[in-house]
Amino acid sequence: MTEKSFDIVVIGAGPGGYVAAIRAAQLGLKTAVVEREHLGGICLNWGCIPTKALLKSAEVLRQAQHAADYGIEVAQVSFNLAQVVKRSRAISAQLQAGVKHLLKKNKVEVFTGSGKLAGAGKVAVSQDGKTITLTARHIILAAGARARIMPGLEPDGQRVWSYKEAMVPEAMPKSLLVVGSGAIGIEFASFYRTLGAEVTVVEVLERILPVEDAEISALARKSFEKQGIKVLTAATVKSLKRGTENVTAAIESAGKESQLTVDRVIVAVGISANTEKLGLEGTKVRIERGHVVVNQWLETDEPGVYAIGDLTAPPWLAHKASHEAVICVEKIAGQADVHPLDIMKIPGCTYSHPQIASIGLSEEKARAGGRELKVGRFPFQANGKAIALGEAEGLIKTIFDAKTGELIGAHMIGAEVTELIQGYAIAKTLETTEAELMNTVFPHPTLSEMMHESVLDAYGRVIHF
Amino acid sequence: MPIEIRMPAVSPSMTEGSLARWLKKEGETVKAGDLLAEIETDKAIVELVAESAGTLARIVVPDESNNVQVGALIAVLLAPGEPAASLAQSSTATPAAAAAAAHAPATAAPSAPSASPAPSAPSAPSAPSVPSAPSGRILASPLARRIAAERGVQLASLRGSGPNGRIVRLDVEAAPAAEAAPAAAAAAASSISAAAYEEIPNSSMRRMIAKRLSDAKQSIPHYYLTIDCVIDALQKLRQEIKDCPDGAKLSVNDFVIKAAALALQKLPGVNASWTEAAIRRYSSVDVAVAVATPTGLITPIVRNAERKKLTQISAEVKDLGLRARAGKLAAEEYQGGGFTISNLGMYGIREFAAIINPPQSAILAVGAAEQRAVVKDGALAIATMMTCTLSADHRVVDGALGAEYLAAFKKLIEHPLSLLL
Ligand SMILES: Cc1cc2nc3c(=O)[nH]c(=O)nc-3n(C[C@H](O)[C@H](O)[C@H](O)COP(=O)(O)OP(=O)(O)OC[C@H]3O[C@@H](n4cnc5c(N)ncnc54)[C@H](O)[C@@H]3O)c2cc1C
Repeated sequence: MTEKSFDIVVIGAGPGGYVAAIRAAQLGLKTAVVEREHLGGICLNWGCIPTKALLKSAEVLRQAQHAADYGIEVAQVSFNLAQVVKRSRAISAQLQAGVKHLLKKNKVEVFTGSGKLAGAGKVAVSQDGKTITLTARHIILAAGARARIMPGLEPDGQRVWSYKEAMVPEAMPKSLLVVGSGAIGIEFASFYRTLGAEVTVVEVLERILPVEDAEISALARKSFEKQGIKVLTAATVKSLKRGTENVTAAIESAGKESQLTVDRVIVAVGISANTEKLGLEGTKVRIERGHVVVNQWLETDEPGVYAIGDLTAPPWLAHKASHEAVICVEKIAGQADVHPLDIMKIPGCTYSHPQIASIGLSEEKARAGGRELKVGRFPFQANGKAIALGEAEGLIKTIFDAKTGELIGAHMIGAEVTELIQGYAIAKTLETTEAELMNTVFPHPTLSEMMHESVLDAYGRVIHF
Repeated sequence: MPIEIRMPAVSPSMTEGSLARWLKKEGETVKAGDLLAEIETDKAIVELVAESAGTLARIVVPDESNNVQVGALIAVLLAPGEPAASLAQSSTATPAAAAAAAHAPATAAPSAPSASPAPSAPSAPSAPSVPSAPSGRILASPLARRIAAERGVQLASLRGSGPNGRIVRLDVEAAPAAEAAPAAAAAAASSISAAAYEEIPNSSMRRMIAKRLSDAKQSIPHYYLTIDCVIDALQKLRQEIKDCPDGAKLSVNDFVIKAAALALQKLPGVNASWTEAAIRRYSSVDVAVAVATPTGLITPIVRNAERKKLTQISAEVKDLGLRARAGKLAAEEYQGGGFTISNLGMYGIREFAAIINPPQSAILAVGAAEQRAVVKDGALAIATMMTCTLSADHRVVDGALGAEYLAAFKKLIEHPLSLLL
């Protein structure tokens, strides 16, 4: 049994953990990271990145199918699913190697194996029956999360998939049922629909993408339905009858039950934090609603133990995990000028077609706050660049506090909005008011001009609509 | 070389003062003679005048800084055409050294390049303290500024929690309720009737008056003595002086000043100030006269009034009054004085009690000269009367002394020829 000592040991090397380790090393702390499976975590290997690679393939297919709209003649358009998946996996592999290199460059020691707390200031790392103990002044838990499993809807890897299997299909399902209409479910629905599957999305709540602004949800639904996706809201999948070739789902909606038989089912009903194998028993670390409780500096109730990313409270997003990582480490290192994360300033994106992006409060929530609002809207169909791109579907909506000019929220649907939202993220972080946004010069012709026009519209000054 | 601007001694006794506010911003060009800043002492607000032209390159001591030692570096001026880079050469211009200078005693500061600690490079990340911006520029987000303006919260009074101490929305929202309350009240009121009231932001002069007079009224044990003076003889004398070949137009107040001064000379115990250790008795008789100006009350001083001729006093008061209303008094013209006269007679006020003008110990409130029915030698008669009330600081002037003073004053004013001697 060997024992090595560090300033910081991080358990988990996802976008939370590996960023924490690199930042700690940058600050001169002796740092180790423990990872049991894959550097880069879910994000890099089974989440953000590989799904975006798949969606890009779908996008290229759609473009090719619509090439004639642009005066381009393409003889015959088809796709090779194995190649699509292969490309996605190759990208994950490439980035995983990149993370490995970054950790090495920053002199972060990587331990392969499962890590768990083993008494104050100790982490036990076990692999293949062997265990070593690391001592650390500070331990950051960044173990992430996995797909949530619902009784009756357990993925079997064959016909009922979690996101992992959905990402590496061997054959195209002709028909697909997606349970859950959060970002993950919607992205898969969009991908498979573009590739030609009959897709049905079932959502238990009243509307799809329930965390988004209701107006955006409605526009998204309309667009998906136009593309041929069937959307059932306020509906519950009661049970799945798994046959040899297909699955029959019992779906209850408005008190009535119906049957739907599909080739494959993707269950995307949320995540469960990986809290179980971390040795939290007997520590003061508290768990609420399945996630580790931390304060604004990511400290758990156990001295010297911190938690970040999907292990903690929502939003469960890679950039949230990374940002928490930096705050946590800088605080540990005693850096000056460290500021807590404000979730109102974290953008959220869905990379379907059309894309959806948002930051801050929805109109409904903003109204519930009792403030007087100014709401601006600008449609893609009035933007020159959108029309030139052949992407005239979408909307940019902004919500201001009428009294102070605070940008309370921004909600977008349409082409490339996931690349646009950061403009409003900067605005929110700098606490600009409508005045600075109006005074900003947006380049022409770009989609970003709609961000300007939406603000102008909120104040009755829109030019192009 | 950059020009260092240091905290001036605006009165001979001043050792420290407050920098009320800068009238120029960092980066602004300055002409010689321009007003740079307002310096507050315990007595007054004095304007700091630029002695040479240039650019106000750096404000070291920001607005509303208290207890700034005389001689402390408060700003750096770059000569016209001088590159900003030369700021760095001036060791004293670095915030670290400036901080040192700000604590240096007045006598040590002026020229000697203080043995300032070499500004150590901020390498060791240790104390998670938020560095506050050393300059007068307030770091605040646009949203914070807007909310602050709306609520009437002074940004300068806040500590920023954002990057580099930037003031963000939360800081303004968390500002003391006392500061935020009036605006909230205003908002509430305005929702009932469109404009229940208007808010006029306080000038530093207004704040100064408010502070000094509340301090005075709260800390000085005032008592009041009132006396009626018969001024028929005085009125007659005024007329005669006016009718002289080289006649002068003297006001009742000119006589009051002279009489008050002569009475002070006679009873020097009133021409004094309270200090914890001793009662400070002034060797010269300097009488301050309250003047109402558009921006507020100011009290210019007639120095050595006991020695001055009435015509001289008259001319001086006229000149001081004019310049006071124009806001053109020099600091030494309204700072100091051992006694104050406040005359509201021209408004028809019969009598009133004034608040003592610290650190003085007494103030004479003079009412209108008017004809009243009096009993004279057992018969009803008409006399021109003037009622005067002395407010005195009991710590310095006991009741008997105050009464003695007022009686002396009455005697002089009722025998005005004595004022011509
Ligand atoms: C299909 C899908 C698509 C997504 N798309 C996006 C997106 O587009 N944008 C976005 O922001 N987010 C997206 N997410 C969410 C994102 O992946 C997560 O929010 C993010 O990965 C969380 O980072 P993390 O570091 O907290 O945890 P993870 O990325 O889950 O990393 C945790 C790591 O810890 C390791 N680990 C766990 N326990 C132990 C242990 N005991 N010892 C050692 N190692 C351990 C795991 O193997 C894993 O590598 C997506 C998620 C999914 C599933």
